[in-house]
Amino acid sequence: MQSNLIISAIVALVALAAGAVILPDWAMFLFAMALAKGLVCLGIVGMMRGGVVSFGQGLYYCLGAYTATLVANNFGISDIFLLTFLSALVCLLVGIAFGPLLSNYRGIFFAMLSLALSMVLYGSLSKMSFIGGTDGLNIAAPTFLGWAPEGRPLQAALYIYVVTISVIAGTLMRIYFDSERGLLTLATRDNELRVEYLGASVRNIMTYNYVFGAVLGGIGGTIAALALGHVDPEFAFWTTSGEFVFVAILAGYLSVPAVFVSAIILELVRSFSNLYFPNTWQLALGIFLLAVIIALPNGLGSLVRRWKGNKA
Amino acid sequence: MKTTNSKIGGLLATMTLAVGLSGPAAAEEDTFKIGVITFLSGQAAESFGVPAWNGGKLLVDMLNEGGKLPAPYDQKGFGGMNIEVVVVDEAGGATKQVQEFRNLVQREEVDAVVGYVSSGDCLAIPPVADELKAFTILYDCGTPRVFEDGSYEYVFRTAAHATMDNVSLARYLKSRNFDVPSFAGLNQDYAWGQDSWADFTGAMNQLYPDAEVKTALFPKFGAGQYGTEISALLREKPALVHSSNWGGDLQGFLIQATARGLHKRSQLALAAGDHVIPQLQDKMPDGIFLGARGVNGLAAYARGGELEELTNTMWEAYEAEYDTFPVQAPFRMWQAIFGLKTAIEKAMAENGGTKPTSEELAAAMQGLSWDAPSGHIEMALANGHQAIQPNAIGTTKWNAETGKMELVDVEYYDARCVNPPDGMKSQEWIAQGFPGAQCD
Amino acid sequence: MDLAATILVDGLIYAGWLFIVSVGLTLVFGVLNILNIAHGSLYAIGAYASASLVGAYFASGGDAFPYGSYAALILAAVLVALVLGPLLERGLLRFFYGRDEVLNVLVTYAVFLILEDVMKLIWGVNPYFVYEPYTLLGDVEIGPLFYVGYDFAVIAAAIIVGLVVWLTLNHTQIGKVVLAVIHDSEMSQTMGVNVQRVYLGAFMAGAFLAALGGALTAPMISVTPGLGVNVIIVAFAVVIIGGLGSIPGAAIGALMVGISRAASVHLLPEAELFIIYFVMAIVLLFRPEGLFAKTQARKI
Repeated sequence: MQSNLIISAIVALVALAAGAVILPDWAMFLFAMALAKGLVCLGIVGMMRGGVVSFGQGLYYCLGAYTATLVANNFGISDIFLLTFLSALVCLLVGIAFGPLLSNYRGIFFAMLSLALSMVLYGSLSKMSFIGGTDGLNIAAPTFLGWAPEGRPLQAALYIYVVTISVIAGTLMRIYFDSERGLLTLATRDNELRVEYLGASVRNIMTYNYVFGAVLGGIGGTIAALALGHVDPEFAFWTTSGEFVFVAILAGYLSVPAVFVSAIILELVRSFSNLYFPNTWQLALGIFLLAVIIALPNGLGSLVRRWKGNKA
Repeated sequence: MKTTNSKIGGLLATMTLAVGLSGPAAAEEDTFKIGVITFLSGQAAESFGVPAWNGGKLLVDMLNEGGKLPAPYDQKGFGGMNIEVVVVDEAGGATKQVQEFRNLVQREEVDAVVGYVSSGDCLAIPPVADELKAFTILYDCGTPRVFEDGSYEYVFRTAAHATMDNVSLARYLKSRNFDVPSFAGLNQDYAWGQDSWADFTGAMNQLYPDAEVKTALFPKFGAGQYGTEISALLREKPALVHSSNWGGDLQGFLIQATARGLHKRSQLALAAGDHVIPQLQDKMPDGIFLGARGVNGLAAYARGGELEELTNTMWEAYEAEYDTFPVQAPFRMWQAIFGLKTAIEKAMAENGGTKPTSEELAAAMQGLSWDAPSGHIEMALANGHQAIQPNAIGTTKWNAETGKMELVDVEYYDARCVNPPDGMKSQEWIAQGFPGAQCD
Repeated sequence: MDLAATILVDGLIYAGWLFIVSVGLTLVFGVLNILNIAHGSLYAIGAYASASLVGAYFASGGDAFPYGSYAALILAAVLVALVLGPLLERGLLRFFYGRDEVLNVLVTYAVFLILEDVMKLIWGVNPYFVYEPYTLLGDVEIGPLFYVGYDFAVIAAAIIVGLVVWLTLNHTQIGKVVLAVIHDSEMSQTMGVNVQRVYLGAFMAGAFLAALGGALTAPMISVTPGLGVNVIIVAFAVVIIGGLGSIPGAAIGALMVGISRAASVHLLPEAELFIIYFVMAIVLLFRPEGLFAKTQARKI
């Protein structure tokens, strides 16, 4: 299993990295953004396996983005590795602070309380006019260990970076999902009390999942900020978080690669509907969402499962 | 796992091919393709996005037909080229707009981009525009930060930034000898409202140093309900209430405030309020001090002078097409398109008549000046990338006989009277008492 | 008038509005177990429908009896419930009963997106105004301040709505059936209750209340696109504070939010943006399922 996992990770890495050569500029950017958002959604999927869904993952997406931007603008740090690390660290600490509190909540209350937290960040940032208020801030293009590319090489480097991080994060999460704690998470989804009676702490499991989600959210936010060159409080707005939840639901909790594929599909649908139906893109997007929910109630991952099941 | 991943890889490759092949054919030599980004949904659609593009579409059609406008705009299209337009909705935030911008430039291969009402979008787009070397006109947004905090090669803003709005309002109070022992503000709780209030209090501090600030209210954007805020304003009894609210927020505030008699207790001063007149009509009380972010709408119609023919041509065409008069947003769209036309034709005169590149366009646009229905526009700030334009403030008066709102006691301000000089940040300019201001 | 009284009056007016927009949400959640994001759209559609209907009323000679416009307001909400209630519940939501709560939130989010554009297709982007009903009830002078009579009519409407919903649920035959379905829909079905009809009825009632909220707000605002999005979050907060599915909870939640918001505007305007989340966080900290949460059996 382990060696299989590593081989498939390498295959995925190579297949995706080939995009840096094949993809046209706009698509490479779109894929990079989608993968960055996919990282955030991967964190939600981790929580979803335990039966809770965070409607406030924008909190960490935004926190990561602002950490990177403020550090870059105030301390002149532009190295992408360092910025990612710092943002992940900040999100880790905030996640550890809120995790134990939120691990008491389930279902819609977990969703709404996490949403409230991210809206408080949204509100606070909107009020801070010294860091741009609702207009947000710009962040300069990143450097890669001293290398400062421009134009297409910059986009390609960013793309390769996010591909690598996504594959590593995906592989690590897969290993975690298959670990003892990961399997207990699945059991929690079915019945919490049973897990408690087995002697495991559900709160503890939930806290871990939440903290992983926080770190992934921060990394996703950092990469998105660097790719966009701009951050604003909208990163923490509930509609942003809602989009992450949608991707997570579209993917389902069964498959890790499905998360990234779902993120890419959503970006493509949105981008094209926005162009072809400028007046009714929300309508198009809404119909697409409904169609997906009806056709794939357990997410894209279930499709893969089904396909594999048939083959066996 | 392996099968899963390679399956997904295959799917990705297929998708890649599918999207890669669907690119549009390269733009023709005899058409000039512009991407227009403006609000088609959400709150700003009704107030700014849709009227702006109504005006823009009208002007593009008139230009494509040719000979509809007085000189120097009598040549067909842009320098003889047909104008083609791709419109994109601005709703959805800066993240989405950066992606859409890349799509417009790289996938749709537009020759120029004209757009952006939201200040957040205007801050996010310019670095990307420079990276892609895409000629971009910001036509509406207000924040001075775009060119005060950054400098860009391919980005131009053809409208004055928002500092002018509130400085003019304060000057209007002074020139009309209006007594302001105290004032209060009600502004939307986002950058626009916060900045407007900061500019207004800054300008008042210079012109009315003794005026007391009673309260500064910042209801949520899109709040709709202002009952509590109005109670607070009624209690505090300020001589003047300043608001930079726009759209539904302004309309809701005015309906609720007039029902409770706030306009009888305090003078209302609206920095950007002209665009609600067509909707509110006589529900807009008399005697409100009103700005339009430039000599736009009624103030432009009332101005006359040498631009009368151009203004009236556009005004009448707009009224005939949409059965209402043009407010500030179409005026700003017009000045952007006239500016673009002037720049393209200037560049073509220099390069021998071929379609100009982004570099040629940027060179032609830098420091350009041209006439628009809103007055003489000069790209005077930020090394020729930021426009200044004249402004006007007036007082509302309902004409019951004609059934139309009129603007009376209009004061016109020279562009250099209400805009900071080149090289000076607007905040500092206000704080230092408007050094270098040229008022007649 | 002294400050405390002003805060109380302002807070009550806002709370009345909040209660009307959130009570339908909590009712629908209580019965159908769906947290309906499209509640905001139904609110907006109610506002548009009443603007159109009241406009039509005055256009067809309603000036002779302007008070008839209030009937038009309510009729608009009824129409919205009659048309969209069955369409959404029978046509879509019933396929998702018993599914994950969060999935259902997404279904209604999709409906919300669709309805946003449908409204634009029907009513365009230009604003609608119907101020006649707003000014018809005259002014009320309280101390040095003027209030509009209509503001107090909204409070009265909120009290009536609350009483009617509460009495129906607790003191009528229908109410007992609904409570039985809320408690255990499968058991009710085996006892011969037509659960489908209860679901439909509850959703239509929720849709009516959302649309009524919009219809009653329409006269004091300009009805424009994007109206619904701001309502959803405040209504959610009120309902979460009160406890999902609890009618008294929605009332208390509305009062808490309404009065603390009024206090904030008068005393500390900078904090207004946060106040609603602040109240919500405090309540959830001590009562993780809201003030009046229904107790749930734990299944082992």
